[in-house]
Amino acid sequence: MSPLYETTVLAGEPWIYEVRKGQFLRIVDVEGNQAADTLFFNAHDYEDRYSAQDTIRAQANIYLTTGTRLISSRGNTLLTIVADTCGRHDTLGGACAMESNMVRYQIEKRYMHACRQSFLKAAIEWDRGLGKRDITHNINFFMNVPVTPDGRLTFEDGVSGPGKYVELRADMDVLAVISNCPQLNNPCNAYHPTPIHVSIREAAG
Amino acid sequence: MGEVLFEEAVPGGATWSHVVKRGTALRLTDVNGGANAGAIFYNAANFSERFNLPDTLKAQHIARLTEGFVLYSDMGRILCSVTRDTLGWHDPLGGCANRALVAEKYGEGNYQTLHNGCYKDALTSFLLEIAKYGMSPRDMCAVVNFFSKVAVDEAGAMSFVSGHSKAGSAVELRAEMNTLVVVNTCQHPLDPNPVYDPKPVRLAVIKAPPAAYDDPCRLSRAENGRGFTLTERYFL
Repeated sequence: MSPLYETTVLAGEPWIYEVRKGQFLRIVDVEGNQAADTLFFNAHDYEDRYSAQDTIRAQANIYLTTGTRLISSRGNTLLTIVADTCGRHDTLGGACAMESNMVRYQIEKRYMHACRQSFLKAAIEWDRGLGKRDITHNINFFMNVPVTPDGRLTFEDGVSGPGKYVELRADMDVLAVISNCPQLNNPCNAYHPTPIHVSIREAAG
Repeated sequence: MGEVLFEEAVPGGATWSHVVKRGTALRLTDVNGGANAGAIFYNAANFSERFNLPDTLKAQHIARLTEGFVLYSDMGRILCSVTRDTLGWHDPLGGCANRALVAEKYGEGNYQTLHNGCYKDALTSFLLEIAKYGMSPRDMCAVVNFFSKVAVDEAGAMSFVSGHSKAGSAVELRAEMNTLVVVNTCQHPLDPNPVYDPKPVRLAVIKAPPAAYDDPCRLSRAENGRGFTLTERYFL
């Protein structure tokens, strides 16, 4: 089925769009191992938004894949992952920020572009009251961030590849906000951020 | 051991909050064993700066909290450091239960019948407490569950480890900023105990000198050294 909407989001760009209940959102990792940092909100109540801790607790598993229900801060199912050719997605690693780059890499990295800049830019340009307080802990589609049994968090080589995709069914009207990650300091994307492709369809596939 | 400035006995299922100032630390003690102390953290001078769980985990490559690790805000600064811990593992993953989950697990327990033993859920309790500081549900942040352990296997499955914390387990959080700490003692959301039986926690605010140049939390990783530098600059 041809999409109702499709666009390519270049690395370092935000994307913000409403997906209606029953529609399907597909995100494609065009060249492989790119991080699509993603937030979701109830389109009619931004206080009701994606919650990483509620989502992993509800399924008692830290990885997101086919069948995962994305749970909101009020306990609603925002979307469900209905197809996933990548296999697992991260929701513990969060989004890069100028401030966290200073901690993680070098204080002098402050002026490099980062996901939370893109999130804030999208929120401000959306101009409907979204702000920094709403930039909570996101999903990193296509990122592989395993936890070890001794309680370490590791950043492993990607399990994604060119053309791999994830598809989600909106279970309510949602606002999707993506930052296509501009990170240049992390080997997770081979220091080379690449475009993603986003499309919305009336039916799966 | 720092001088105790004041102590607080928090019963099970209750909520406490306080701005823990630089120069002091908050000690949490599991009185009877099996307690859970959920906690959220904000910069007291600017509540929009708050605990950031992913930044905390990825800066230190951890999925647990114990002595030597720190809690980062979303602004690249350190809210609190874990300066002492007798337990070795506190859970940053499990989050907190909401009203529906508590009703599903434990049934109805209203005030009319149970008075102050009525069933409470951590999410509602946190939202109520931060409302006293002018914050709304938009301001809710990720929860750290002190005294609880959630193990993660290679497939990513999370399992609650029963009997993890024994009576007398203690953890100390040194405030690196003036930090609003909200503590709630409801049961962990993954605790399989079918009975509503939240345990008490004893809190103490104690004197704590600022992190020295050879402070173990500062030296534990290069990232934390930079975190302390950025935090100290905030107060210049």
